[in-house]
Amino acid sequence: MTRRTIEIWVGVFIAGGIAALFMLAMKVSNLSTYTGNEGFEVTARFEDISGLKVRSPVTMSGVRIGRVTKIDFDDQALQAVVTMRIDRQHKTLPKDSTASIYTAGLLGEKYIGLEAGGEEESLQQGDEIQLTQDSLVLEKLIAQFVSSFIESGGKSKAE
Amino acid sequence: MLESLQRLGRKGLAFFQRLGRGHILLWDILAGLSSLLPRPHLVIVQVYSVGVLSLLIILVSGLFVGMVLGLQGYNTLVNFGAEESLGTVVALSLVRELGPVVTALLFAGRAGSALTAEIGLMKATEQLSAMEMMAVDPVKRTLAPRFMAGFISMPLLAAIFSAVGVLGGYFVGVGLLGVDEGAYWSQMQDNVDIYDDIQNGVIKSLVFGFVVSWIAIFEGYDCIPTSEGVSRATTRTVVHSALAILGLDFILTALMFGD
Repeated sequence: MTRRTIEIWVGVFIAGGIAALFMLAMKVSNLSTYTGNEGFEVTARFEDISGLKVRSPVTMSGVRIGRVTKIDFDDQALQAVVTMRIDRQHKTLPKDSTASIYTAGLLGEKYIGLEAGGEEESLQQGDEIQLTQDSLVLEKLIAQFVSSFIESGGKSKAE
Repeated sequence: MLESLQRLGRKGLAFFQRLGRGHILLWDILAGLSSLLPRPHLVIVQVYSVGVLSLLIILVSGLFVGMVLGLQGYNTLVNFGAEESLGTVVALSLVRELGPVVTALLFAGRAGSALTAEIGLMKATEQLSAMEMMAVDPVKRTLAPRFMAGFISMPLLAAIFSAVGVLGGYFVGVGLLGVDEGAYWSQMQDNVDIYDDIQNGVIKSLVFGFVVSWIAIFEGYDCIPTSEGVSRATTRTVVHSALAILGLDFILTALMFGD
């Protein structure tokens, strides 16, 4: 084995290792979705956000336009305060948009869906979304369903 | 009674003496690393024998581990209708655990044992003493480059292992079992974090590379200079490295993902 072949092989090895690290960073991890500090942050208050997490997606019309960056609890208002970062290019979201918490599929992860309002003014850095709709909790839903079922069942028996 | 007590004491003292020697040797090697700067070729030759020659086993095992993960993950996830998450399962298990740990175990078997045998044989054939006679410090001339090469090669090998494994999972999941290609990659990107997962995996592989190279070199340098002593030292390298890797992996995992 000459010195030259050894050096070539070592070069190939190091390059391959760095390429693998690069692939892990760009293709496997979320580095490519980090938009850095670009974009603007808006907040929204919810009564119930159960299941929502930091880095959950924020979508509009089903397209991801941002991510949740912070979840706080307001001790005074007893509400959850969700901070989300909207990507820089979506500058024209109306100020009276509605934020709702949805579930992807029956057991999937929670995400925030924005629905556009009609106002001319658009959301800016630090704005708060006023109209919100809470996360649907499966247990509450079942409880409602069961109680309404019992009520209607009682009626049909009485008839 | 008294004799067995004496034997126990002797063993205990010998254990601590070896522990101390190991750390003093590590210190000497670390101190000798600076002398490598003007002679990079010493390291390059060792990267070849430690890293390049381990490439084949790493590539093949990475591919197969990834393929098995794809198959097993799919069979479990399909019961929950969650086969879209296959990418996440494969990538997280490879990047966090299997990549660094399996690579380190293979590295200990392939490169660590070779290092020990080489250094042990150098000692048995009195090449190391000959170097000292020529006023060449064997720690700086032979041990430091090997240590450095192991420390450089290990994280690169682990990264190659994980990357090839993700591709193996892709071939099986998307190619054979029909998971959606877009879902495989996008779920992976959504759930694998560059700092929490990739960076911690790289830190793990750096630590394993450090420990395995250290154990291999120390066992070789400290072996009894006979053919039997070399063979024992080689066995010890593999066993101790494997135990150290698995134990450290638990500690590192608890530190990194324990919150």
